[in-house]
Amino acid sequence: MKPAPFAYARPGTLAEAVALLGAEPGAARILAGGQSLMPMLNFRLAQPALLVDINRIADGAVLRQDADGLTLGPLVRHADLLRHCAAGRGHPLLAAALPLIAHSGIRNRGTVCGSLALADPAAELPACAVALDAELDLVSPRGTRRIGAEAFFRGIYETALAEDEMIAAVRFPPADPNWRWTCLEVARRQGDFAIAGLAAGFCATGAPAARLVAFGVAERPLRLAAAEAALTARGSDAAVATLADLDLLGGGDYPAAYRRQVLGTLLTRAAAALGAPA
Amino acid sequence: MTAVRPPRLIGQPAPRPEAARLASGAGAYVDDVDLPRQLHAAFLRSPHPHAAILGHDATAARALPGVAAVLFWDDLAGVVTPLQTRHAGFPGLVSPPQPPLADRRVAYQGEPVALVLAASRALAEDALEAIAIDYAPLPAAADAATALDPGAPKAHPDLPDNLCWAGEISGGDVDGAFRDAALVVAQTFRFTRHTGVTLEPRGLIAAFDRASGQLDVRISHQQPHQLQVYLADLLGLPMTRVRVIAPDVGGGFGIKMHVYADEVAVCAAARLLGRPVKFIADRLESMAADVHAREHVVDARMALDAAGRITAFDVADRHGLGAYTVFPRSSTMETVSAVRTIGAPYAMAAFRARMQAVFQNKSLIGQYRSVGHPIACTVTEALVDQAARTRGEDPLAFRARNYTPGAALPFTNPAGVRLIDLSHAACHARLEALMDRDAVRRDMADARARGRLPGLGFAAFVELTASGSEAYGAGGVAVAAMDSVTLALEPDGTVKGEASVSEIGQGIAGTLARVVADALALPADQVRIATGDTRSAPHGGGAWSSRGAAIGAEAALGAAARLRAAILAGAAALLQAQPETLDLADGAIVDASGAPRLTLAALAQAALFRGHEFPGGRLPQLAVAHQHGRAQDRAVPTNGIQAALVEIDPGTGLVACRRHWVVEDCGRILNPLLVDAQIRGGVVQGIGAALYEACRYDGEGQLLTGTLADYLLPMAAEMPDIAVAHVETPYSGSVLGAKGAGEAGTCAAAAAVLNAVNDALAPFGTAIAELPVTPVLVLDALARRQAA
Amino acid sequence: MSARTGMPDSLDTKDSVDISCRVNGETVAARVPVRQSLVDFLRHGLGLTGSHVGCEHGVCGACTIVLDGRCVRGCLLLAAQADGAEIETIEGATASGRLDALRAEFVTRAGLQCGFCTPGMLLTAAEFLDAGGGPDRSEIRDALSGNYCRCTGYHAIVDAVEAAARSHPRSA
Repeated sequence: MKPAPFAYARPGTLAEAVALLGAEPGAARILAGGQSLMPMLNFRLAQPALLVDINRIADGAVLRQDADGLTLGPLVRHADLLRHCAAGRGHPLLAAALPLIAHSGIRNRGTVCGSLALADPAAELPACAVALDAELDLVSPRGTRRIGAEAFFRGIYETALAEDEMIAAVRFPPADPNWRWTCLEVARRQGDFAIAGLAAGFCATGAPAARLVAFGVAERPLRLAAAEAALTARGSDAAVATLADLDLLGGGDYPAAYRRQVLGTLLTRAAAALGAPA
Repeated sequence: MTAVRPPRLIGQPAPRPEAARLASGAGAYVDDVDLPRQLHAAFLRSPHPHAAILGHDATAARALPGVAAVLFWDDLAGVVTPLQTRHAGFPGLVSPPQPPLADRRVAYQGEPVALVLAASRALAEDALEAIAIDYAPLPAAADAATALDPGAPKAHPDLPDNLCWAGEISGGDVDGAFRDAALVVAQTFRFTRHTGVTLEPRGLIAAFDRASGQLDVRISHQQPHQLQVYLADLLGLPMTRVRVIAPDVGGGFGIKMHVYADEVAVCAAARLLGRPVKFIADRLESMAADVHAREHVVDARMALDAAGRITAFDVADRHGLGAYTVFPRSSTMETVSAVRTIGAPYAMAAFRARMQAVFQNKSLIGQYRSVGHPIACTVTEALVDQAARTRGEDPLAFRARNYTPGAALPFTNPAGVRLIDLSHAACHARLEALMDRDAVRRDMADARARGRLPGLGFAAFVELTASGSEAYGAGGVAVAAMDSVTLALEPDGTVKGEASVSEIGQGIAGTLARVVADALALPADQVRIATGDTRSAPHGGGAWSSRGAAIGAEAALGAAARLRAAILAGAAALLQAQPETLDLADGAIVDASGAPRLTLAALAQAALFRGHEFPGGRLPQLAVAHQHGRAQDRAVPTNGIQAALVEIDPGTGLVACRRHWVVEDCGRILNPLLVDAQIRGGVVQGIGAALYEACRYDGEGQLLTGTLADYLLPMAAEMPDIAVAHVETPYSGSVLGAKGAGEAGTCAAAAAVLNAVNDALAPFGTAIAELPVTPVLVLDALARRQAA
Repeated sequence: MSARTGMPDSLDTKDSVDISCRVNGETVAARVPVRQSLVDFLRHGLGLTGSHVGCEHGVCGACTIVLDGRCVRGCLLLAAQADGAEIETIEGATASGRLDALRAEFVTRAGLQCGFCTPGMLLTAAEFLDAGGGPDRSEIRDALSGNYCRCTGYHAIVDAVEAAARSHPRSA
């Protein structure tokens, strides 16, 4: 199980990295943490001509918390962010989601931006990004653009990234102290990708508001707008009832009906944990 | 000889002598060694479950840099013969030949088709991508349940149907028992395939020296001697020209006890090319081409009389064993083992098991830890719980009434299992003491308060260990059920030895050394037993059927007795004393008063360097060998009982294991630390089978669980603490009285977990009869109740 | 320490790079194929065979090594990425003595059988303890859950780490 041949470049700056991406669009892959890409290379399911290793780009590991929120460069590892959030900083949703991601050895190396760029539909961080209206800075030889997380995720392993583009940073808005957040998921074993998961926020102060984004159940993070409305208006039982209308992934060991049922369970539990009405 | 002294080391807990080395990263596993001029092997494996091979073209592959050879079956056919399993113990066994590389047809996905030899594994894999094979897919036999239906796709087109073997075991008046039964419980049980997943994959380096005609094979394997026999046979070499070395082995569990087509092909290639060839299976190959385990559908029913006594079992097993019956032992051993111990803990009067083993275009089923027994145990214990529940009775009370009483032993039950030296009642009582039932009740109440469904399950078991020569040898299979130990006194008074048992992590080498040390009154570290090299150890069984302590240790004891006698005779000659007046103590020969007369070192030095000092120049024979094989009892039965506490999350269907308890009786315990380690490791493999592990195929025979991301192994976070206790009923047919312990944990763990799950579901009037228990099955079961 | 010229990959040089790194405290310079994994380089290039290869897709943890102070999967890194890095393998961690107490507990309590997972398990457990991990069994199980063991059933490993935690100087 050895990778097919590829060329290897290790640029020192973001500009050099995207220049390499742009030189022959589609031929190169970004190697950040490599915790998903390297298995694909070892399986020979991915056979890029060029691997652009960004692990030594200048200022790649920027982790900045300020009035704009939390800004993460492309080399911020899951473990870095977990450590940051565990100290009560960052964002409570991320603090809840990060321990669910794989295991310490993977979190030590895997990057937040890499997880977003991969867009695994069962992953936690894309759902968190959608739930929190995170913004991504995409950079290419053509320049930089900013895109919201909702628009970024397109499908299974599909994003708005052009072939010559990479994520330069992701910014999570500051946590609103009136909101409470949790991330729940169903997995057979700790650290496995979710069979169904839910990033959930609820604000009971003033006019009730909710934010519910499911993962593992659809081709991309699934904003549950109807459930949000039902939750704030009529409570969690009504919110669960809205799930009946969703078209969910099935297949394999976990049919859509199963995912729908356990998503309802997660919704009920999240609502209870967040103090939303039953 | 003086009376046997009470053992000083046997029965004491002690770490393995190899542990510190392995824990320092200094293990020497097969991939840790590279040989000069070594080539790396990679196999092109069939992507099709069943296909004709119309042609192949390796021109491009052969032209790649670093590629030394691309071999197909036609290239190897001159130096090696196909594998063909024959076992007279299974009359009528249908067993097509299995070429080491596919011969014009592939019969399972993952079957080796071509072998590339290159300067690195990466280059060899490059070449695999450059080989063109013209496959014509054939209909695949995938589903065992329909494999014998008229018109079902055939796994092998030249065979009349998919039946590999059918048989029946029966005893007593089964029909009468069911006719007269006050209660009959019945269930159809489904057991999905799983596999062993040794953390170290299979691998070998084969080197053939053309000048001497010598084949040296360094391989991660449980039975070097068995492999030596079959490699010599398949390659047409004398056994003196085949040396098999098993270095440190990174897990066996039965996975590494077979003769694999790919490994034979590597040896043939090494012979053909005259260069060392290394093959290390990667995990994708392991998942597809290591033997799989189980895959049974069992229709079972149990009859009871009005007093709630079990009277009879009647079962029919359909076993899907893959494309070939595994070489050389035959997959049908799993078939028989899956039914033979059904009902074995209980005093039933009648038994019938009908077995059908069928071919499929899937990976081969082979002997894996606790061969068949977990099936038998699960079927039995699930029916027992079903009966107790139907009768409204406590499951432990039900069992207590039905155990074969100790006074009835020895007893050959109607399934033909000879039961001796068992201790059901004592194990049962010990389990009740081990489990703090008040604490368990608190745990269960706490679970209910959290909205979980707790369940407590039990599983009593009988496991047949340390199989005798009836299992294979009697069927014409060249598998040793005996073991050999050699010992020699070194000039410094230490003792070195070689044993045919295999050290694969269970600690048997150190255990044998302690047996010898006790017999020679030496400290444990003065005896060193080596294993795993057919050149130095006489023939023997290796590691299978939990036999190290029951057979290997008897061989060690016998060798030690011989060496002791030789030492005393030699000392007597030197000291001009009678051997009967001498004894051994603390590394010395002592007289009747206990006074040291001669150290072992002095005796050895005299014998080895100054032989003229012995009267008549007659040297004492300070190098000895002993071979032990059991004459009586086909197998050594063991027994025990396990309990599992689980919690179902009714919102997700997930099952969490909270606690697990084991009481088992492996006879005399030689090293309790290592026995407990075996039990716990075995339990977790059983929990894996119960809740996680499954080799899933689609309806066309495509493997869906090809990686460790798809195939779920137990991890630390989900596993419970496992409390272990013992009852010691020595085996009456040996000196030490030890029985097998390595598989007992696996035997009953899945049954206990399934029963716990069904205990949790019982208030809802629903149950599960399939392993593994998935969350989908659990929610389906709860939904059935809600629909009812 | 100088890198052996690994025969197996000597022909695989068309895409190779020179690297220089510190491995177990010694400077290593080598030319490696860019597609070679770090664990393959450590094992077959440097003879550091204590790091084991169990799955090559990042699941089993047998190849765990310490890269710039963190436990990582050696199978999911390229040797080329080690350039300029500080690497510690089980051999180095053993030689330094920093695993002595933990290893003694593994040995005494039969926290290993075949030993194939043990180097990775020890390094991961040491990282847990160094980060202030305590003797709570469920926390220990959580911390070790990325490292498979097929032999022990984990119980004895948890025993060993728990015992080591009780005597470990707490950093947190």
